[in-house]
Amino acid sequence: MRKIVLMGNPNVGKSVVFSRLTGANVISSNYPGTTIDFSKGLMRFEGEKVEIIDAPGTYSLASSNKAEEVASKMFHEADIVINVVDATNLERNLYLTLELLEQNKPVVIALNLWDETKHLGIHIDEKKLQKMLGVPVVPIVALTGEGIKELVSEIKNATSPEKIKPTSDEGRWIEIGQLIKEVEQFEHRHHTLRDRLSDLTIRPITGLPIALGIIFSAFWIVRFIGENLINFIFNPIFEELYKPLVSQIGEMLGPGFLYNFLISQTYGEIEFVESLGMLTTGLYVPVGMVLPYIIAFYFMLSMLEDTGYLPRLATLLDNVFHKLGMHGYGIVPVFLGLGCNVPGMLAIRSLETRKQRFIAATLLSISVPCMAQTSLIFAIFSNPEQQQSLVYAPIFYILIVFTTLLILYFVAGFLLNKFVKGESPEIFLEIPSYRVPHLKTSLKKTYMRIKWFLKDALPWMFLGVFLINILYTIGIIDFLAALFEPFMETLFGLPGETSVILLSGFLRKDLAVGTLLSFPTGTFTAMQLVIVATMLTIYFPCIATFAIMVKELGIKDMIKAAIVMIFAASFVGIILRFVLLGV
Amino acid sequence: MIPEKTTFLAHLNQSQRGRIVEIKGGFNFQRKMCTMGLREGSILRVVSKQPFMGPITIAVGNCHMTIGRGMAQKIVVEEL
Repeated sequence: MRKIVLMGNPNVGKSVVFSRLTGANVISSNYPGTTIDFSKGLMRFEGEKVEIIDAPGTYSLASSNKAEEVASKMFHEADIVINVVDATNLERNLYLTLELLEQNKPVVIALNLWDETKHLGIHIDEKKLQKMLGVPVVPIVALTGEGIKELVSEIKNATSPEKIKPTSDEGRWIEIGQLIKEVEQFEHRHHTLRDRLSDLTIRPITGLPIALGIIFSAFWIVRFIGENLINFIFNPIFEELYKPLVSQIGEMLGPGFLYNFLISQTYGEIEFVESLGMLTTGLYVPVGMVLPYIIAFYFMLSMLEDTGYLPRLATLLDNVFHKLGMHGYGIVPVFLGLGCNVPGMLAIRSLETRKQRFIAATLLSISVPCMAQTSLIFAIFSNPEQQQSLVYAPIFYILIVFTTLLILYFVAGFLLNKFVKGESPEIFLEIPSYRVPHLKTSLKKTYMRIKWFLKDALPWMFLGVFLINILYTIGIIDFLAALFEPFMETLFGLPGETSVILLSGFLRKDLAVGTLLSFPTGTFTAMQLVIVATMLTIYFPCIATFAIMVKELGIKDMIKAAIVMIFAASFVGIILRFVLLGV
Repeated sequence: MIPEKTTFLAHLNQSQRGRIVEIKGGFNFQRKMCTMGLREGSILRVVSKQPFMGPITIAVGNCHMTIGRGMAQKIVVEEL
């Protein structure tokens, strides 16, 4: 099968073109580096099936990070190349174009963001550009689909022009200079509101307060949407429709092993959070408690991404991240990781060196709680039964957990920066123009991410319950728990039973919380709950994240990261014990 | 022609404009700057500077980018 590869600078809309050509859905955002791996799709072309590949963005064929390496490799496997060019940044984009044209591969050029050039007062003579480069040039607006048909019909005319000869960097810029002089004209234009907003959000004096405001409101909105989804949609469905059904199944099964495994450890009343059966807790926790927050979070994130705000935040926070051995782009994995750690782990590929990637991955797994963990931390302290043991409002304890995680992020990052060998280059990041997020696009992206979560993350969660329930039934958990019990008391000032929670948390953190809540009220003091919740978040990522980490870091670095995790969890546990329990 | 007043990009103030005279540093650095459209003769504007030797955001043509202060110390510009 012939391969058509989409190549272009970062953030020029390759993924949108890809979606248009293949009808497949891929994630696109308004910041560089969204596509870190390639996506494949099929398209009909001249009566035959061809493969379309969406390569990560790159400024040049000489790569400087992993994503760019992938792009360069994709290029060499291509039969035809569609070079997607940002028409509002023609001069800079042409550099890659010339590199591509020198390589003897048939190329067709798509001038994307054609509508934007008009707003910006840029006039491009695309006919002349086509003549001078010797390959088809098609203006398109990928977001609306304008020009895509023409692009498809021009693919067959893709050629490799003879007149573009390999040359030096200098030579290319001379050629670009001549091209621009001939084909592009600028109108003078005044500062727009958008420019002013862009300046305000990136200058430290105004930018930092705005950043705090945006992050705070984003999380407030997530909580608001999530809570309402639970109260008005998910809980009614589980309580009114699902519970009677499960009760019926339970009655059919009668007491015994199967009942314990599927419905509840104790025969009788069904408690969705505490029963620990596959069909009750196993389904309720991920679907009824976590999913609503996942939906809310991804909706918010999609909106935030599409505006183009994240690179500005990366600029504002670069200083801080530099102290942690990364640079400002390190905020992107953190943001993605707050939804689910797996996409966060994948985003570290955009960081340039091994040191940066190692630190980013390790910090992500120890101190960035995913939405599942976050909603469970909220659940522990909002649980009506547990609230009897709370002295202050639930949010007080929740804040202790999150503040601890934040401090840990900085302290661990600072130390890792000192001790991990390697380089940590400076930030070098393009800042895209602001765009008003398109509600339909954001909703579609939210939908795609939720589908991904249901398909790729949820099965792991079920597998976790399954394994845990088996280990419980054959008594392995109890055996190990007994072994670790003494440590809990001497090291962390926690009741011995906590070892069960920490052990089951290796496979399933949400289940660990279920176990926690199933203990009789009064087993834990409020502060002990804080310690358990914090340690659960820190000490190990879920299996899915773990698998990705091994793949991204390699087994050797993963072992090192795991040692950091265990050390960090124990250390924080001991510190919290002294600070919170005072013993 | 010898430019009137040259300085490093890192020393320009917010909102100041400059023309790139020379990019110092190694081959890879020069090349990286070059692929992003930063080369001798390019005219740029300083959009913002983060405090404590933080990065500097510049506008070149229609394109905004953030670069580290260390990089900005290798770029010689003529103040405009």
